[in-house]
Amino acid sequence: MYTDKVMDHFSNPRNVGEIEKASGVGEVGNAKCGDIMRIYLDVEDNIIKDIKFKTFGCGAAIATSSMVTEMVKGKTIDEALEVTNKAVAKALGGLPPAKMHCSNLAADALHKAIEDYKKKLKSDSYN
Amino acid sequence: MRRVYMDHSATTPVRSEVAQLVTGYFTETFGNASSVHAYGREARKGVENAREQIASLIKAKPEEIFFTSGGTEADNMAIIGTVMANRDKGKHIITTQIEHHAVLDTCKYLEGQGFEVTYLPVDDYANIDIGQLKAAIREDTILISIMHVNNEVGTILPIKEIGQIAKEKNIFLHVDAVQSFGKIPIDVNEMNIDLLSASGHKIYAPKGIGCLYLRKGIKLSPLFFGGSQERKRRPGTENVPGIVGFGLSAELAGKEMEVEIIRLTGLRDKLINGILEKIPESQLNGNRTNRLPGHVNVSLRYIEGESLLLMLDMKGIAASSGSACTSGSLDPSHVLMAMGICHEVAHGSLRLTLGKISTEEDINYVLEVLPEIVEKLRSMSPLFNSMEIDNREECSTCTLTK
Ligand SMILES: Cc1ncc(COP(=O)(O)O)c(C=O)c1O
Ligand code: FES
Repeated sequence: MYTDKVMDHFSNPRNVGEIEKASGVGEVGNAKCGDIMRIYLDVEDNIIKDIKFKTFGCGAAIATSSMVTEMVKGKTIDEALEVTNKAVAKALGGLPPAKMHCSNLAADALHKAIEDYKKKLKSDSYN
Repeated sequence: MRRVYMDHSATTPVRSEVAQLVTGYFTETFGNASSVHAYGREARKGVENAREQIASLIKAKPEEIFFTSGGTEADNMAIIGTVMANRDKGKHIITTQIEHHAVLDTCKYLEGQGFEVTYLPVDDYANIDIGQLKAAIREDTILISIMHVNNEVGTILPIKEIGQIAKEKNIFLHVDAVQSFGKIPIDVNEMNIDLLSASGHKIYAPKGIGCLYLRKGIKLSPLFFGGSQERKRRPGTENVPGIVGFGLSAELAGKEMEVEIIRLTGLRDKLINGILEKIPESQLNGNRTNRLPGHVNVSLRYIEGESLLLMLDMKGIAASSGSACTSGSLDPSHVLMAMGICHEVAHGSLRLTLGKISTEEDINYVLEVLPEIVEKLRSMSPLFNSMEIDNREECSTCTLTK
């Protein structure tokens, strides 16, 4: 049911964990099936220096989380904003149809983390 | 790699005695049981012998057994057949919220046909309240359909008490015994059961064979029309190999039942105790003792069932889960929901069901592998690091359904 790529990211997830004093944190949850994805960013000079995730969910939820971290590590914020849920699924060689909507939220979590980062930047500049 | 099958409630392997017998009925004793020639007569003999084997396991008469394509068909036939034949007497059906979909969806269908259905709620242990059953009975109630053992959590329902009530009120009682048939004792007379569904593939017979027990004298409208097989209750050329296999497996199940109950209860309790001891924040779903021998269902908090199943599978362990993510519909198990278990805990449910091929070594292996997997998944879970006791309160108020 899952591609080899999905199984690879599921069984050896990249970048699991948390970042202390993260530049930005983003979390999405799926009300229907109850999964939660959280992404932590460490941004320096507009570049994602480090990224970590924690996910409560199915194999696809873990694999997409892992994949999105791999896709944007070292990239600029603008490049990261261009990554879509669809692109993550594609990079994994596709997901089963039932999982396309439920578990494919990793890019959303990433974008939320970036939003959080931008908000923090703004409030910092006021201080 | 070591492989451990712990999903006997889903299906079982065909036991070798049965496989051997069935093969003979495919290749040699292949006649149509309705034919007059020797081939036909031999096949007929096999079918009637199986009918006796099955009847004797539940203390029924052979002529009260009707072969079907499995548990689903038997459930459909029992419920639709009874209410259609008795619609002049009433239109009300009583069942429970925790039935298999073969019963629930049949009842839903009948609601669309003008029947009315009461779905009895259950308590934390997936058991019904007899008082609520009595209160639900109406003047126009024609059928009570309640399962003997729940397939997801293993709870044994009080069929004898229910049968007593049904008998007093003159209401037909159908029992979905797919999970209990051949595993724990059933006596259709002592329990006052009027109709009962059973399935072969849960007791080491092939898939696609089952039967309906129909108490003599009860009217039943057929679902199928055609030949005169199964006394017109279920037309269609008999699945002779399946039937003889089912018959033998039922006979062997009866002979081995007493010993198997003791053995599987011991293994089950060892597994339950081991999990609860070794894995913090784990809970047993269902009752500790009032459950099918060999049936374990636990929830391991902060992790999700499908990822758990995938990791167990990588270690050779086959199990199942009531998590929304494994259901296809992305809804969590209706049984766990009916028990008032919150979404998050239902998400981390794991069903391990033992059977003939299960050994003590299997249990030890699972107890060795499972805690490591749970730890790995928890280390990835955003819910786990904030693991404080007040978290639990949050959960109990979150998505509670009752
Ligand atoms: C309680 C219950 N009823 C009915 C069925 C359906 O039986 P079958 O697979 O033979 O159609 C099952 C099997 O999963 C079951 O567990
Ligand atoms: S987390 Fe529920 S289906 Fe993916």
